[in-house]
Amino acid sequence: MANTNTVMIEKYRNNFLKEVEANVEEGEWVKMCMQCGVCSGSCPLGPHWDHPPQELFMMIRAGKREAVLSSSSMWMCTSCYNCVVRCPRGLPITHIMHGLASYANKLGLAPKNQPTKKFSKIFWDNITKTGRANELKMGLSLYFMDGMGSGVKNAMANQKLGMAMMKTKRMNPMEITGGHGIKDTGGLQAILKKAREIEDAKLKKQ
Amino acid sequence: MAADKKIGAYICKGCGLGERLDTKQLASVAQKDAKANVVREHDFLCSEDGIKLIQNDIDKEGVNHVAICACSRRAKTDAFTFENVAVSRGNLREGVIWVRPDTDEAQETTQEMADDYVRMAVSEVKFLTLPGGNPEAKTERSLLVVGGGISGMTAAVEAAKAGYQVHIVEKTAALGGNGAKLHKRVPDHAPFAAPADTGVEALIKAIQGNKKITVHLNSTLTKTDGAPGKFAVDITTESGKTDTKVFGAIIQASGFTPYDANKLPELGYGKSKNVVTQLELEQLARDAKGGAIKRPGDGKEVKSVAFVQCAGQRSEQEGHLPYCSGHCCTTAIKQAMYFKDSNPAIDTNVIYSDLRTPGNGGEDFYRSGQDKGVTFTKGKVSAVEDSGGDLRVKFKDLILNEDTEELADLVVLATGMVANSGVDIENMVKLDGKDAAADAAATQVQKDKSVLNLTYRQGPDLPHLKHGFNDSHFICFPYETRRTGIYTTGPVRRPMDIAQAIEDATGAALKAIQAIENAGLGRAAHPRSGDLSFPSFRREGCTQCKRCTVECPFGAIDEDEQRYPVFNESRCRRCGTCMGACPVRVISFENYSMDSVGQQLKNVDMPDEFSEKPRILVLACENDAYPALDMAGMTRLEYSPFARIIPVRCLGSVNLAWITDALNSGYDGIMLMGCQKGENYQCHFVKGSEMAHYRMSKVDDTLKSLSLEPERVETHEIAITDIHRVPELINKMAETIGRIGMSPFKF
Repeated sequence: MANTNTVMIEKYRNNFLKEVEANVEEGEWVKMCMQCGVCSGSCPLGPHWDHPPQELFMMIRAGKREAVLSSSSMWMCTSCYNCVVRCPRGLPITHIMHGLASYANKLGLAPKNQPTKKFSKIFWDNITKTGRANELKMGLSLYFMDGMGSGVKNAMANQKLGMAMMKTKRMNPMEITGGHGIKDTGGLQAILKKAREIEDAKLKKQ
Repeated sequence: MAADKKIGAYICKGCGLGERLDTKQLASVAQKDAKANVVREHDFLCSEDGIKLIQNDIDKEGVNHVAICACSRRAKTDAFTFENVAVSRGNLREGVIWVRPDTDEAQETTQEMADDYVRMAVSEVKFLTLPGGNPEAKTERSLLVVGGGISGMTAAVEAAKAGYQVHIVEKTAALGGNGAKLHKRVPDHAPFAAPADTGVEALIKAIQGNKKITVHLNSTLTKTDGAPGKFAVDITTESGKTDTKVFGAIIQASGFTPYDANKLPELGYGKSKNVVTQLELEQLARDAKGGAIKRPGDGKEVKSVAFVQCAGQRSEQEGHLPYCSGHCCTTAIKQAMYFKDSNPAIDTNVIYSDLRTPGNGGEDFYRSGQDKGVTFTKGKVSAVEDSGGDLRVKFKDLILNEDTEELADLVVLATGMVANSGVDIENMVKLDGKDAAADAAATQVQKDKSVLNLTYRQGPDLPHLKHGFNDSHFICFPYETRRTGIYTTGPVRRPMDIAQAIEDATGAALKAIQAIENAGLGRAAHPRSGDLSFPSFRREGCTQCKRCTVECPFGAIDEDEQRYPVFNESRCRRCGTCMGACPVRVISFENYSMDSVGQQLKNVDMPDEFSEKPRILVLACENDAYPALDMAGMTRLEYSPFARIIPVRCLGSVNLAWITDALNSGYDGIMLMGCQKGENYQCHFVKGSEMAHYRMSKVDDTLKSLSLEPERVETHEIAITDIHRVPELINKMAETIGRIGMSPFKF
């Protein structure tokens, strides 16, 4: 198959479907969708999706590569697993949604400023630093995600919650200095780096 | 009444009858009013002791007509069967005590109801004769199968296995039919994953090696005469050589013709050679011999295929087929696999509006297709255009809700099945009698088109039901047609795939065997199976009006040279529609006649006009309405004590004379309860209920001449499930009478 970025889009051909099967987690399930629409009807956030899962699957089969990968839809998934429970064909829909999002992100096609995407990035950076989640920094990064002004506003609005968390020792103000971590942070970084290399190599091979 | 009739009336006291009714009075009614010769009461009539009591009277007292006044005629039929005696039943349980409240006020009318049913049972049995059957009945134990496709061959093999001689008449030069044109078939057993061998060759081999099966190739039926047990059939070869053979029953497996795809120019058929039908693709697949399938236009190897489902089917458009042919979705999956199995890189897109995969493994097969990478698109194709040999398929994607198109090397149209059901006898060409040459030509065209060329008065082929498919009573009795002893099977009956056709043909073979055996015993095959009676008529009274021959739903009655009716008893279903039709009352059965019903309604006690006790006559079809009434009793639903219910074989057997008699003898209301009529008929005799409704629409004149209100006669369509509705209808009639007043015709 040609380079993933320059695949010729052909309608209702298997090209994009095969690309999804090769690169997206659980992507080989996409062809098994029978278009009943139970997933779309079950999704609690369904009305807010541009394209509910059923439609995304059809778009993949119709060869709409750009539209699928640049869609914000799969970023809307909250992992409630309602669709997975109900799918009569047993498709791991939640996993496919995350797989699609991840693949789109890798290719740089994911929509810019998509809040879920930003959150994911912040969380990733936060947790990979020391191997443990730093609640304080996590909260602050989220508050100031959209700049200083809104950050202060967010922080003030959640002041009471923050104080309560500190009082009950759910959050430690000292974490601001760096916080706790795992024993071998260097080891974790090495693991992640290696994993990234393997993934990139896989992508290049396509 | 003949001198040798000795009537025994037996009154049961079981099931609460003894407590609720004055059985002594019932006995006295049977003796004094109804004039039964022997009258006995018993505590538990259907017990061994009770049966012995009756049998003893039959053996020792010479009782030969037995009126059993106990439960419904539908209950305890095994117990109350006695050899060589006529039996009638008075329905005191389901018809009286179970539909009336157990109160002191109701006691009087409940007892009157029971008294009447005893009178009716005894007066009925007086006019019953035990059917003697036809001592000359005999049958030819061989079977004719018309059509040598999968359905016909299966029917032949199955009948031969059961020990019957079979002749197959096939129009073409080879057995196999449309099945032989297939590359492979949809699998019929687990894991339902890949196309399977058609099995046609094995079937042909089985037939060729079977001594019980004779095959006539290049042959057609040029004349079919006779009746079940003795069909005389002219089998004519292409060269014109005719052979007359006798058969006991006929299975028509004339199959289907593919819908003419030339009627679909918008889908590119006829404009591009690369647009083919599903059946044509089978040939391409056979030509490929396991290799790459090449398209017909330029011989290029096919790399992308679009399957257009419901091409000219399930469409209201003029000239299209309105129905679903049932097999095309699974066929498309199978054909997409032809490509995918040879080369998974070939793109296959099935554009469907509703994917229907009937049968055992349909869903598994669909899943297997998806697994192999066949794309399924819910959409509606609007056009297929030639684009330099390739094809541009324009369609609306119904999931993505957008108009779109795709390019394909080959387009396969799922066109439907058109039944080979011969001449539509209800819309035959009318011969004008002026131009002899034109008439002869029209007759010849019809003769060529006909599958059976029956000599029946009602036309050369089986009647059609819907969309040109042959009539079969699919609700209760599949295979049964309106011509007794002739069974349809396979796609001539309704669209079906191979798996269904094989099952269908096996069933048809068994039905045909039943018809052969019943004809030999002079019995009705269906639905009054085992009935030995058949209609006879009083020749001197007949006015040759032909109503019986015209109205018989089964074409059982022909005419002789003097234009008197000729009853073909083995074609008869014993519904009595002829009896209901006869204006001069000359047609009757030994065990069902103008008198056997007429005397019942006349022997009901008729209180006078000022008694406030009206009488409602209910003539209820024994197939649906009467069981519904019985079940109303079983569920203890109450209805008016003024109703008197008489079961009839079919509403079609109701003669207007009964209605006139009933009105004249003072009934205040008359209700006719039959089955659903019309297009989705439920009538076991197809036209009986319809005929009754038609006849009753003319009863107004009779009512007018008697100065009676039209509300007094009602005709209803009742289903067996109308358990709650029937009592309501009766009660409503009682209310109506309360409103309009009693009939002035009381004696």
